[in-house]
Amino acid sequence: MLQEYMILSIILFCIGVVGLISRRNIIVIYMSIELLLNAVNLSLVAISADLADTSGQVISLIIIAIAASEAALFMSLFVVLFRNKSSLDADLFDMLGSKK
Amino acid sequence: MSDSLLLNILLLSPLLSATLIFLLNISIAGVKQYIYTFLALMGSGISALLALYISYFSYAENQVLGSHLFTWLSIENFIVEVALKADALSSFMILFIAPVSFLIHVYATGYMNKDKSYGRFFAYFNLFIFFMFLLVLADNPIIMFIGWEGVGLTSYALVGFYFEDIKNTYAGNKAFIVNRVGDFGFLSALMLLFIEVGSGGLSFDAILSNIGQIEPSMLSLIAFLLFVGAMGKSAQIPLFVWLPDAMAGPTPVSALIHAATMVTAGVYMVARFAPLYNLTLDVSLFIAYIGAFSALFAAIVATRQFDIKKILAYSTISQLGFMFMALGVGAYSTALFHMFTHSFFKALLFMGAGAIIVAFHHKQDIRELRGIRESIPALFVMMFIATLTISAIPPLSAFFSKDAIMSALYASGHIELFIIALVASLLTVFYMFRLIFVVFYSKVKQAGASNSRSMIYPMAVLTILSIFAGLLNVPEIFGGNLNISNWLNILDKQFFISHSDEIILMSVNTLLIIGVIFYTYKRYAYSDTIEKESEHSLVANKFYIDEIYSAVIVKPLYALSVIFDKNISHHLIDNTIHRLALYYEKLGVVFSYSENGNVRYYALYMLFGVVSGFTYLYILLRAAL
Repeated sequence: MLQEYMILSIILFCIGVVGLISRRNIIVIYMSIELLLNAVNLSLVAISADLADTSGQVISLIIIAIAASEAALFMSLFVVLFRNKSSLDADLFDMLGSKK
Repeated sequence: MSDSLLLNILLLSPLLSATLIFLLNISIAGVKQYIYTFLALMGSGISALLALYISYFSYAENQVLGSHLFTWLSIENFIVEVALKADALSSFMILFIAPVSFLIHVYATGYMNKDKSYGRFFAYFNLFIFFMFLLVLADNPIIMFIGWEGVGLTSYALVGFYFEDIKNTYAGNKAFIVNRVGDFGFLSALMLLFIEVGSGGLSFDAILSNIGQIEPSMLSLIAFLLFVGAMGKSAQIPLFVWLPDAMAGPTPVSALIHAATMVTAGVYMVARFAPLYNLTLDVSLFIAYIGAFSALFAAIVATRQFDIKKILAYSTISQLGFMFMALGVGAYSTALFHMFTHSFFKALLFMGAGAIIVAFHHKQDIRELRGIRESIPALFVMMFIATLTISAIPPLSAFFSKDAIMSALYASGHIELFIIALVASLLTVFYMFRLIFVVFYSKVKQAGASNSRSMIYPMAVLTILSIFAGLLNVPEIFGGNLNISNWLNILDKQFFISHSDEIILMSVNTLLIIGVIFYTYKRYAYSDTIEKESEHSLVANKFYIDEIYSAVIVKPLYALSVIFDKNISHHLIDNTIHRLALYYEKLGVVFSYSENGNVRYYALYMLFGVVSGFTYLYILLRAAL
């Protein structure tokens, strides 16, 4: 069973990566990050069940808790960013780059 | 009061007064002149009194005073102690350095009166005495080298004292640069000594007791390099060119630094390393020949100079040549004794020259300085006595010292050295009396400005010393007992010369000297022979030595440095660095495209990083399995 779980986890992770890189909407980028986290959570839980060791499940619970608090932070960030540029297009926020 | 404390006060009181004068001079404008005078005379006066006390103790009780100040460096077996030691030789050196310095300080207060850089002058002057004491009191050659460089530095500052005139600055530069050549020799010798015997300690005693371990060829090299240092500082051929130019400084500077004290440092150094030079007879002989040629050459040049200070400068080179001749044949204490008397009469001559220069409002050409005998008789008497002294007329002090050198040269079997010395000493009489007769015996009468008492009194003291200093080392032929030679206790070579020979030598010498005086009198006194002497002859132009040096050394070096500057420094090094910087900048422009500030790209780079990291780990794991 472990192998299937791992394959699912990898697929989820790849979707997350592609979303992270290719999408321009910051909210979608945030969702992709959550997807990455949960792909890892899935693999952790699967391995933990396979080894009959609960520590993996504990870690994934902690990750979920942290991701929740992260979400609160992200929401406020979105508000601030939107106030600045009236848009949530990630490509508009490139002020740290070398100006051409 | 403990003895080491005395030594420390002796060393540090000039430094303290130099510092105070310097701080006053830079911080407060318009300080009263007497404050500087007070500080300068306190600094040098305290050390003069202590020097007399210390050398008396060394003389009477054979005490060796020592003082350990602190450890400067301690790197494994390379330990440099800052320590002072006043053994017989060092005590003998401070015996004349400190009082002569003090007298010249007193003189300088009169000479520099109302000068706008009065404070600066005495700051340098006191600093000079500090370094001179450090040089002669050092317990190891490294501390001695610091003193050696320090006196060179203050000499540079004082030669170029009137820096508004660029010529004076050039003269200072010349003195410094020529001395650098000598210092190179000294420093190389020190390094070689450290390599060879450094493990046994670096103090003079340790080095000199270990020199037996060095192989003879290396020892000769060290002895030679040390002498190169002495050559530079004591202005011997071929490094003498700086001394006549150094006369650009104020006259007290010439009297103190370039006649009485600093230029004798080379003689002191050779005498300090006497055990080493006793083992390297070839180098010793070389020293004797260099001394002989310097004595003769400088004496010849001095006969056709017109600048009163230049004559005395060449005379100094010539007298130092005599000392080196004596050192070269192994008569160390004789050379030191001549240095002792020389410091008195040459300081006196320079101070007299300075007084004449002041009387004539800073003219230095002896053809213009004529006829002040009647207006300043005291000056005439003192200059005349000093000239008789340098001519070695018995029983003045230089008679004993120069005659001892002559006997040593004669007895050493180097007859050619003896003849050169004889000719040089007769030329000395000639050029000195030429100076005296031209300046004081003339048909023209001029009234010079009167000198202040602070200039005349130190000269009077030095006149007395010039007359009587010889009595300290009367040879046994006159019933004396060579007090100073016995006190110094240096490993002199013993020469045996019968009393009848010695008396014949002395009488012939004296008769020749008196003959030359009469010849000079006929030629120069009350006549205008001096006006007819050409300024453009070979001798008056110093055999074109300066021009030769300029053509052979200075100009090629300059051309070489221009080539290096243009090709190597500018084209090769600068251009390479500029190119590198340019390429680097271009590379930066390329990379800056990746830094576009767009967060999604950064995520991509991170992905690349993580993927390549994992790939690497995967490969490692595969290899391990």
